[in-house]
Amino acid sequence: MSAAALLSAGAAARAEGSGPPFVQVRALHKHYGAVQALRGVDFAVGPGEVVGLVGHNGAGKSTLMNVLAGTVQRTGGDFSVAGAPVEAWSPHRAQAQGLRCVFQELSLCANLTLAENTRVMHRALRGFGWRRRAERVIGQTLDAIFPGHGIPAGARVADLPIGARQMAEIARAFSVTDEPLRCVILDEPTSALGHEAAEQLLAYIRKVSTEGVACILITHRLDEIMAVCHRAVVMVDGLVTAERPIVDLSRATLVSLMGTIEAPRERERAAKSDLTSTGLTSIGLVVDDPGRGAGDLPIRAAAGDIIGFAGLDGHGQRERLRALYAKGRGGPHPVAYVAGDRGTEGVFALWSIADNLTIRSLDALRRGGLLSRSAERALAQTWAERLKVKAPSVDTPILSLSGGNQQKVLFARALASDAVVIFLDDPMRGVDVNTKQDVYRLIRSEAAKGRCFVWYTTELEELNNCERLYVFREGRAETMLSGAEIEPSRVLEASFGGGHE
Amino acid sequence: MSDAVDVGRASAARRGAPARPAWLRDAIGVGLPALALAAMLAVILHIRPSAMSYFGFTLLFKLATPLVFAALSQMLVIMLGDIDLSNGSFVGLVTCVTALYLSDAPGEAVLIYALAIAAYAGFGLLIYVQRLPSIIVTLGMSFIWLGTAVILLPAPGGAAPDWLHGFMNWKPPLVPLPIWIAALAAGAGHLIVTRSSYGAVLRGAGANPRAVERAGWSLLGIRAAVYAAAGLLAVLSGLALTGLTTSGDANIAPAYTLLGVGAVILGGGSFTGGMVSPVGTVVGTLTLSLAGSLLSFLQVPPTWQIGAQGVILFLVLAGRVVVAEKTP
Repeated sequence: MSAAALLSAGAAARAEGSGPPFVQVRALHKHYGAVQALRGVDFAVGPGEVVGLVGHNGAGKSTLMNVLAGTVQRTGGDFSVAGAPVEAWSPHRAQAQGLRCVFQELSLCANLTLAENTRVMHRALRGFGWRRRAERVIGQTLDAIFPGHGIPAGARVADLPIGARQMAEIARAFSVTDEPLRCVILDEPTSALGHEAAEQLLAYIRKVSTEGVACILITHRLDEIMAVCHRAVVMVDGLVTAERPIVDLSRATLVSLMGTIEAPRERERAAKSDLTSTGLTSIGLVVDDPGRGAGDLPIRAAAGDIIGFAGLDGHGQRERLRALYAKGRGGPHPVAYVAGDRGTEGVFALWSIADNLTIRSLDALRRGGLLSRSAERALAQTWAERLKVKAPSVDTPILSLSGGNQQKVLFARALASDAVVIFLDDPMRGVDVNTKQDVYRLIRSEAAKGRCFVWYTTELEELNNCERLYVFREGRAETMLSGAEIEPSRVLEASFGGGHE
Repeated sequence: MSDAVDVGRASAARRGAPARPAWLRDAIGVGLPALALAAMLAVILHIRPSAMSYFGFTLLFKLATPLVFAALSQMLVIMLGDIDLSNGSFVGLVTCVTALYLSDAPGEAVLIYALAIAAYAGFGLLIYVQRLPSIIVTLGMSFIWLGTAVILLPAPGGAAPDWLHGFMNWKPPLVPLPIWIAALAAGAGHLIVTRSSYGAVLRGAGANPRAVERAGWSLLGIRAAVYAAAGLLAVLSGLALTGLTTSGDANIAPAYTLLGVGAVILGGGSFTGGMVSPVGTVVGTLTLSLAGSLLSFLQVPPTWQIGAQGVILFLVLAGRVVVAEKTP
């Protein structure tokens, strides 16, 4: 069947509202170890249909898209493409079927030119004169999507600014050589694009959809979903919880559909009265310089406070947390930082639990200029027990522990130190529920003793532990919620920039 | 497109200097070692004008031929973002196998070469599958190659087949054989690695393996193929070396490992993977091998030569830093 025939057939199928979907999954499961990323997802996209996929961080959107693209293998469930069931799936097969992906993190090789990157995706671009053909293909697609883009096809990707790279990657996914294009999955495609380029992309998606190319659009910018999609699919906790045609959907309903997680609210207010004795109350332990730019809130925390940084992943929370930490290090109060990315900035992989735990407290463990082995062990022993680290002894290598227990050791490292202000950088990712409860309890009791926690988290339910919340959007702390205002729906609303037009 | 892109012009205007086009940057990468090569040649020819002859050039560049192949082999591994510390001892092993078997039992010799190349590919895969640091695996391999070579040929000896010795002393028309080989190797490398459509994929796999995998390529296949090609080039290096010395020696080429790395970096390559230039590597090899001769001509005592070679390498690399574009 020729490409044109396919396209017209697709358009016809969509016009009738029936016909086989191009991609369909049923009861799709994917787990990484004990973590369930997808728990039985049913999803389908028809030819020429534009589907908006929304949900909070960790809802499983990216996993779903990776399974569809073949970069991640599913653990269970049925998968069919163009009506035919699929067993083994790979990026190569996906491409042969005309299914392409624009990943969230850029997938271009920075050392290659645009034309060479296009070649990496298209096997047909080989043999004599391939470079010229590749330059023509990518140039034409760029012109079609982003007229007036000004990106030379011979430019090396490393020399392009981030916006241009994003445009190039989108154009590469839409470029056609030998196989017809049937479906493009776009994961946060507009995050690095300017306003004008984002509009151009949406217009192009609308155009190719009438030609029968399906699109799956994953984005946190709900206006884009409202503007271009036929249907919105909402994911929560690895499940599809709602599916609505856009025509009978308002932006506010869409936000409320995402906030259906009922988190248990077992807020135990620590009695703050005993804090007066420590003399630390009402002293601002963390005082941020007045916000950056319009709409940015200054961040303040006092002894005994647990304040949270919320918002969608990558909206400036971590940067602010690090800036505060860097500032705190020069300040009068000792500070500590609990890294969320255990592997790269948390554990010393070759050291024992005791060594890992005491590294932040070496000054206190010195006896006559040298480290006291016994004091070190005693400190490690105490905190390993308080945090219930499951290990035969504190001399066990840290890597022999489970992820959750490693994270406990990192917590213990901060808590065992003299730090008054402790920064938490989304530390509970991939940690089991029991560990989480243990740590929450400990954090609350430490706060009651006068410590101050600044907690960045991407998990909504953790925010219930906080007394005050700063919701970040586009690099700024835009909203402050405190006490009873802290509810998933309010947080979501603030993260998406309000539930109203 | 006001907000993002007009890259070349806009950013250049801001920095006040035109951004260098890609070809100019590549030319600078190769140009520096070429300049150093020309300067050294000029000094040598000034001291000993008689070197300016077919015979003189043959002598000057004779020992560069095996090093050219070894450096290209190293370049392929560096292209993948790895490093090969076993290169030199592998070349030593090949000289032993060649001197022992190639004239009397060519079948067995070829079989051993094939096995050795397969082993190279296997270790490339091992590094990738087990996520081991290449520096450790290849360092371990270097001892295995060296040990095998010493078992085969405890003391230097054996004999190169006459045809091999004959070929290495062949006097082709126009320019001497080492120049021909260097030029052909550089040209073939340029076509395959820099210009061909598959070369683009290979360089991409060194810089951003995930992106290449997501585009539907098998990294396993790419890595096996590149490591096998590196093994093949190292075998060619061993053959050329045996042809020159007419005997096998397990310990003849340990210096090739680091000279090869030096040549790749000198020629514009970088350890980050995906940034290599075959032409630059060949020019870098010639520069490094000429440095030794230059120092002899300048009557630098042999004890100082290694250090002086290092100084030359350092100067050229420092030159690269000076002319490098400031990244914004």
